[in-house]
Amino acid sequence: MAALPPSARAVVIGAGIVGNSLVYHLARLGWSDIVQIDKGALPNPGGSTGHASNFIFPVDHSREITDLTLDSVKQYMEMGVFTQSGGFEVARTEERMEELRRRMSSAKAWGIESELVTPEQVVETVPFLDPSAIVGAFWTPSVGVVDSLRAGTIMRERALELGALRVVSSVEVTGLDVEEGQIRRVRTSGGDVEAETVVIACGVWSPKVAKMAGAHIPLTPAVHQMISVGPVPVLAQQDGEITFPIVRDMDTFCYERQHGADMEVGSYAHRPILHDPEDIPSIEQAKLSPTEMPFTAEDFDQQLEEALELMPDILGDEQAEIRYAINGLLSLTPDGAPLLGETPEVKGLWSAAAVWIKEGPGVGRAVAEWMTNGLPEIDLAHSDIARFYPHQQTRGHIRARTSEAFNKTYGIVHPGEQYQSDRCQRLAPMHASQQDMGAVFIEAAGWERPLWYACNDGLLEEYGAAVMPREHEWDSRWWSPTINAEHLAMRDRAGIIDLSAFAIFDVVGPDATDAVQSIVVAQADVALGRVIYTPVLDGRGGFRSDLTVMRLAHDRFRVVTGGAHGMVDRKWFADRMPKDGTASVVDLTSAYTTIGLWGPRARDILGELTRDDISHEGFGFGSCRDIEVDSMSVLASRISYVGELGWELHAPIEQGARLWSLLHEAGATHGAVPVGIGVYGTTGRIEKSYRAFGFELDAERSIVEAGMPRPKVKSVDFVGREAYLKQRAEDPKAVLCTMAVDDHTSATGVKRYMLGGEPILTSDGGVLTDDHGHRPYVTTAGSAPSLGKHLLMAYLPPSEAVVGNELSVSYMEERYPVTVAAADATPVFDPDNDRIRG
Amino acid sequence: MVNVMVCIKRVPETSGQILLSDDAQSIDARHVGYTLSSHEECAVELAIQIAKATDGESTVLTVGSQDAVEQVRNALAVGCSAAVLVEADPAAYGPADVAQAIAQVVRAREAAGTSYDVILVGNDAADTGDFQVGVRLAYALGRPVLTGISTVEMSGDTAIAKGKGPEGTEVFEIPLPVVIAIQEGGIEPRYPSIPGRMKAKRIPIDTVSSPIEPAGTGRVRLELPPAQPSVVEVLGEGPEAAPAVVELLYRLGVVTK
Repeated sequence: MAALPPSARAVVIGAGIVGNSLVYHLARLGWSDIVQIDKGALPNPGGSTGHASNFIFPVDHSREITDLTLDSVKQYMEMGVFTQSGGFEVARTEERMEELRRRMSSAKAWGIESELVTPEQVVETVPFLDPSAIVGAFWTPSVGVVDSLRAGTIMRERALELGALRVVSSVEVTGLDVEEGQIRRVRTSGGDVEAETVVIACGVWSPKVAKMAGAHIPLTPAVHQMISVGPVPVLAQQDGEITFPIVRDMDTFCYERQHGADMEVGSYAHRPILHDPEDIPSIEQAKLSPTEMPFTAEDFDQQLEEALELMPDILGDEQAEIRYAINGLLSLTPDGAPLLGETPEVKGLWSAAAVWIKEGPGVGRAVAEWMTNGLPEIDLAHSDIARFYPHQQTRGHIRARTSEAFNKTYGIVHPGEQYQSDRCQRLAPMHASQQDMGAVFIEAAGWERPLWYACNDGLLEEYGAAVMPREHEWDSRWWSPTINAEHLAMRDRAGIIDLSAFAIFDVVGPDATDAVQSIVVAQADVALGRVIYTPVLDGRGGFRSDLTVMRLAHDRFRVVTGGAHGMVDRKWFADRMPKDGTASVVDLTSAYTTIGLWGPRARDILGELTRDDISHEGFGFGSCRDIEVDSMSVLASRISYVGELGWELHAPIEQGARLWSLLHEAGATHGAVPVGIGVYGTTGRIEKSYRAFGFELDAERSIVEAGMPRPKVKSVDFVGREAYLKQRAEDPKAVLCTMAVDDHTSATGVKRYMLGGEPILTSDGGVLTDDHGHRPYVTTAGSAPSLGKHLLMAYLPPSEAVVGNELSVSYMEERYPVTVAAADATPVFDPDNDRIRG
Repeated sequence: MVNVMVCIKRVPETSGQILLSDDAQSIDARHVGYTLSSHEECAVELAIQIAKATDGESTVLTVGSQDAVEQVRNALAVGCSAAVLVEADPAAYGPADVAQAIAQVVRAREAAGTSYDVILVGNDAADTGDFQVGVRLAYALGRPVLTGISTVEMSGDTAIAKGKGPEGTEVFEIPLPVVIAIQEGGIEPRYPSIPGRMKAKRIPIDTVSSPIEPAGTGRVRLELPPAQPSVVEVLGEGPEAAPAVVELLYRLGVVTK
């Protein structure tokens, strides 16, 4: 066995599917002098990879996860370790069939071949399944199984052949040394290694290792129970490891996967069983391996019964014995997404954790690209480890959220569904008042945000059918016609919106201007008191964010961005500050609250509270300054994300409640209403064709494709400038359009309303493909109450991006006609922006 | 028809490194879980086979806490037909107490009309290794006892029991009723099937309390033996190692020439 060298260019901790894939891709991308260590012996060091069931169903509702999975499958195939079996997701209930129809939407959106089939069709290839137990199934022919241990060995060997890698097994990390915020050294039971780049890819142990450097990898080891039953005579007659399709019994949260003469039954139905990384046994202490914990049979009895219903002949065979049963450990995260990227706490310390077999090689490649070029080809925004706020990294939060989500692994999860556990972490200063107003809260980055206010239910009568009520329960879950009523009241009079969830940070210092200029696309060297809206790009010209910047002083810029990605944005800015400290980032999120006041009466309302000049001439659009509101000093910024006259009002958080009530008191006579995020995030913006980061805007989209190029590009350099100039010179490969649904009537006569994620097809159902080779899908769907329309946004092939073009959208396996209403960023409502000018 | 009682004990799994509890009175099983000792797994298998061969019943009995239901169910899942839990604090019960508690159940059942012709126990417990319950139980019941037995078959009213002795296989013919302490090695215990597991859930477990005032274990503390130095012999590297591996497999009897 190789000995540890005194130093290395990079140390990768972990030799499971992720670590192995990572060392290969780093080597392929030109890295050398990589050291990979694991405390176990190879090829199976005892982590979660070693006991994985190793099957892959490619369709997921998340584009990011699907892309990682498809890339992984490609890699497994190239290595010759993928066996295609096909797979069924079977439904026992009509409710599940509806979810499978929704899965068809995702399959079509991501371009994966799938179809809905009858129980009889399932039995044609899975003869031992009882068709009377199910009502239908979702068939994906490209499902298969992989040999993840073999794949790991192949990838390690390839890195060794490239002369880039040294592998040292059976050494345990005992410490990580950090100096001035930078990782310097890995201490191990086999000696110390100096390194400026260290990757933690050791699955369930990752939090324990990260802690040694003062970093957080917020995951918890959790039990997934699995048994293997055999030998089953029917299966024993077959050659090879797998000859029958894999069955996911979605309603019982179980799967049945043939493995030679055995049938593996796994479950996500049992109670959540969480462990702590510190309490996982050592290799010596473990009975099988450290991540194959003792089976707790009573937790599995219910699943046995259900599996027996589905496959009575083979699982009911008295000769087929339960020979292997484990409580296998895997990694769960508070929001279900992987933990990838450089840790925000320690420079040079990376995380590649909470990854399933189906994403392993794809994650290895993406993280290697990220480490090499600063950005991966597949957008990993939802997996970025920098996304967490401090409370989301705590043991209590992780355990609460993973306990709640565990049984949703195969669950029917509505796109608007909210976590119920560990809520009320971050309360806006006006929270008590909002409760009195009957706010229905959703969560944004830990903040409780009103989605709508029940006190506005009375508006339903005022607006009647204009609120576009929805008949179908699924379409109206986490939704209320009151949202649309609030929207109309705001457009008629005024709305007061709590925007406390914004992340706010200042860039300050003598070189602040240069620092901001080098990061944002828009000209930031503007007069004091100007507000700019700007995209933030990565080196390839993809979106990192879009946000507003207020110039408050010659050496101070205030950045206001969305709460969901505020921490990632903060890291992006902080990482790009001058090394000499002449500009720095100061987080003010917990110092300021923001209240939006918008609508035709906004000026009248604010005018009642201030003697400052807030006329159009005195306080023009795109400007900001401190004004006196009653006896408070408030930073007012005249911009709008809902297309109305008005201001964002930024006040010290301790004065937020007072500002809120002053605005409501002054607004009462003008008919102002509290307005929830249902308007701010969806209806108000979609009418205006405003794009949102994470929906329309992500690292795989460009300013040109999003239809947002300005006439000129500033001459000073900024991240992504070169790529952006190139994009401007070329024809876009896809064009972001806004479409209106022309007819909502389904086959049953019930009117249906899309919620997002649905594929856009030609009017007769033909497949569309943009010049990237991607299928168009709905990025945002929502009511446009002022237009009486349901609008959809999607990137279309350029040839289809023509106003008036008639297409269709597939929703729950039915097609509805749509017409392109805007083929660029032109608002569908108030296209000339007269209302914003007031 | 031979009615068999098989007595089992919930013990920590001992195939990994053994940890002692802080007070050194027991084994810390949090990483490994609980199981039956291999001797008792064999005893359960023999009980099932004897009962099946003679159309008798196989009753599993344990002296322990409610936690031991897990092990009782596992025995039912592989084919025992009835179960008794003598509820007691296992930590307070020494081998003499356990033998007495079992004897009381056997006598009480006999008085009620159910007798057990064969009582099987494990030769020794995997955690405490006291080697006493079988002998003490036989003494309490006034029955003959055999220890270190690997297989048992019935021939009318006689049990034919075999075990490994210093000179080779020892064969005993012994009249019923009898107590036999089983040692692993003569029989392959089965795993449960799914229907077995389902059936086991539906069989009632007769829970009785023990009237015994336990005398205790007399144990001062458990001590771990000094770790055996592990000897690693490298047979070779790469393809050149293959003949040595083949030779080893022959030697271990994994494959035969």
